[in-house]
Amino acid sequence: MLGWELPPHNSGGLGVACLQLCRALAKQNIDIEFVLPYEAEHGIDFMSVTAATPQGVASVIRSGIAYDSYKYIKEDGSEEWLNIYDQQELYEKSVERLIDGREFDIVHAHDWLTARAGMRVKEKRGCPLIIHVHSVESDRSGGNGGNPLVLEIEEMAVHMAERVMAVSQHTKNCIVRDYGVPADKIEVVHNSIEASDIVPLDTDNTYRYLSAMRAQGYRVVLNVGRLTIQKGLPNLLLAAKDVIFRAPKTLFLIVGSGEQYYELIEQAADLGIGANIFFTGFLRGKQWRDAFAVSDLFVMPSISEPFGLTPLEAVAYGTPSVVSKQSGVSEVFKNCLKVDFWDIKEMANQITSVVQNDDLRDTLTLNAQAEYQNFSWEDASKKVVHVYNQHVVGAA
Amino acid sequence: MSQKAIVLYLHVHQPFRIRHYTVFDAGVNHDYFDAPYEDDTSNERIAHKVAEKSYLPTNARLLQLLRDNPEFKLSLSITGTVIEQLEKWAPAALRSFQELTETGRVEIVAETYHHSLAFFYSRAEFERQVKMHADKVKEVFGQTPKVFRNTELCYNNDVAYWADKAGYKAILAEGWDPVLGWRSPNYVYRPAYTENIRLLMKNYKLSDDIAFRFGDRGWSEWPLTADKFAHWLGANQNATNFDLFMDYETFGEHQWESTGIFDFLSHLPKEWLKNEHHTFMTVSEAADAFEPVDVIDTPNTVTWADTERDLSAWLGNSMQTGSIQALYSLEDMVLATNDLALIEDWRRLTTSDHFYYMCTKYFNDGDIHAYFSPYETPYEAYMNFMNAYHDIKFRLSQKGIEV
Repeated sequence: MLGWELPPHNSGGLGVACLQLCRALAKQNIDIEFVLPYEAEHGIDFMSVTAATPQGVASVIRSGIAYDSYKYIKEDGSEEWLNIYDQQELYEKSVERLIDGREFDIVHAHDWLTARAGMRVKEKRGCPLIIHVHSVESDRSGGNGGNPLVLEIEEMAVHMAERVMAVSQHTKNCIVRDYGVPADKIEVVHNSIEASDIVPLDTDNTYRYLSAMRAQGYRVVLNVGRLTIQKGLPNLLLAAKDVIFRAPKTLFLIVGSGEQYYELIEQAADLGIGANIFFTGFLRGKQWRDAFAVSDLFVMPSISEPFGLTPLEAVAYGTPSVVSKQSGVSEVFKNCLKVDFWDIKEMANQITSVVQNDDLRDTLTLNAQAEYQNFSWEDASKKVVHVYNQHVVGAA
Repeated sequence: MSQKAIVLYLHVHQPFRIRHYTVFDAGVNHDYFDAPYEDDTSNERIAHKVAEKSYLPTNARLLQLLRDNPEFKLSLSITGTVIEQLEKWAPAALRSFQELTETGRVEIVAETYHHSLAFFYSRAEFERQVKMHADKVKEVFGQTPKVFRNTELCYNNDVAYWADKAGYKAILAEGWDPVLGWRSPNYVYRPAYTENIRLLMKNYKLSDDIAFRFGDRGWSEWPLTADKFAHWLGANQNATNFDLFMDYETFGEHQWESTGIFDFLSHLPKEWLKNEHHTFMTVSEAADAFEPVDVIDTPNTVTWADTERDLSAWLGNSMQTGSIQALYSLEDMVLATNDLALIEDWRRLTTSDHFYYMCTKYFNDGDIHAYFSPYETPYEAYMNFMNAYHDIKFRLSQKGIEV
């Protein structure tokens, strides 16, 4: 299996989804070698994790998030920073070297970053290729075409693959639309969540100020995610202005970083709601968990969200959600409010309803928590095994 | 051999559904019930559809049956809200109901005008709505109802006690096993703590054979024919009255014409009346004809809904209880305004359907179509309702009333 990241060295959903899927596959007795473009300790015992290090490179060190540069330390001691496009090219060459002398039945590559490597393996060894699409370029670029180099790789990969897996019907539709792949070649394998993996909250909450404000009748609305065009934050701020006009005791907590960070801060100020919006930057661990716990509502206003796990994580911490209808999670999660990402009025209407009616918030939470107990990666892994069996010669 | 009667009773109701009514409408537009015609919540469109698919074809058959079979009789309850809608949008359908009652063999049953749960929240408002309904029935059908049914057959000792004091001949309830115990629903009973009133209990097994199972090809008794059904009833030795109570919309709406439901209805009287001891009765005729065989004590509320047969479909979560309490808390202030438009809007919000749409009981099972709702989710229903509630409060504040 070819992947780009695994927790705790992940920048977002891709690493988490890969890890969960592999763990569930391991339980179905699938033997996995997970090949990463960097070296690190992951503490994983259900599969082997290998770093595909390029020739002449001693180690690769990740810095920051997935779309940032990696530092390559060469055997002669010199260092070089590579951008993401060069990295995936290098990863392709490294994987090609790595497979020599190794036995495997199928190659399963996650997202365009590993797609070139996947195609190279297929070409060299003739084994079946599965491309697992966690997002397409048009998602990531907010529907504005995208990077032509990435589009080209993605298109080639989904055509060359024996089968394509998409994390949602939404993503499947995007692949059919963008690349003209026959729909029956694409299997929808919804992401999921394991209740047992949720790190519990401790008793005190990091956000002292917000907790105090809630005690005074304020309500807190949360967004967690990369501050990038795909995530639709400008619409959330426009809706926030309407909400705050109706319900002045509403605060918005925006957790994450990305290229829109400063732009969003400026937009909030321009809208005259700067005093009600709190930006925290990128968070992990307790601060990240406590953000859910201190909030009354989580909003995911994404323009195009292939899956979008955060609303389910929010449930785990007792927070209900408004989710964009242009998301994969809205296909499988019932007890939440749903809105078209462009419908700012309706988004404001739903947020206002929740912050003004604790009954609505509490009923949503209660039912979402009941629903959440049924989520599991087991179904996803069974679907994947089924696809494997269709393509591996001699399999049951 | 003693006489045996089928007591057929059909319930006709349409609520005034709330349109997609947002926080931006509250304080600006007061037209909660006026969705655009193409919307799922358009009351006008639904009235047209149900008149076309159910009321007109069913009434045409019922009228024919009344003409062909002098012994055929039935009872109807028809809410004030549906009468208003038919007056406005489907006068031909209303006329067809009047043609039924003009035969003198169709009895109208009393209930609240707005199909509300007022009995449990405000006895004064409950009595006003029952009076409003009786007045409307008198005006439209020229009858004064003598038998009472509470919304959704909500029944307990208190309801029976009230109806007895109010002078009704009989009251209707679900013949639910925990209430009946070993007893059969096919007799007339007397409610506990009452003096004169009779209790008629729905035979839910036989009623549901028609209302729910009729078109189900997986049911072992499918297809259900009129002669088979008449035979089942005739073979039952321990019975005086078979109380077949169901939603009127069973005919043509819940069971589509293609299931053969109309043919079943057309043939049932003829098949049943083949035996000279068999007859049909209206609800008050059954109350007059048969002496009560026992006393039924019902301390807990029983309804005709869901497998629980309780109020949990309307008052099962905090959105439902919170919104209904908020609504009734405005009662005195709204009535004191003497603003008839405001009072009527408030009353339309008391209709039980609004709370039913907020039910989350079955939402998690994936069967969101298990209940009839024009909304995608129960949460949407709640948001629309609460925004309308806030607007009622706004209208009160415009009149200088602080809520």
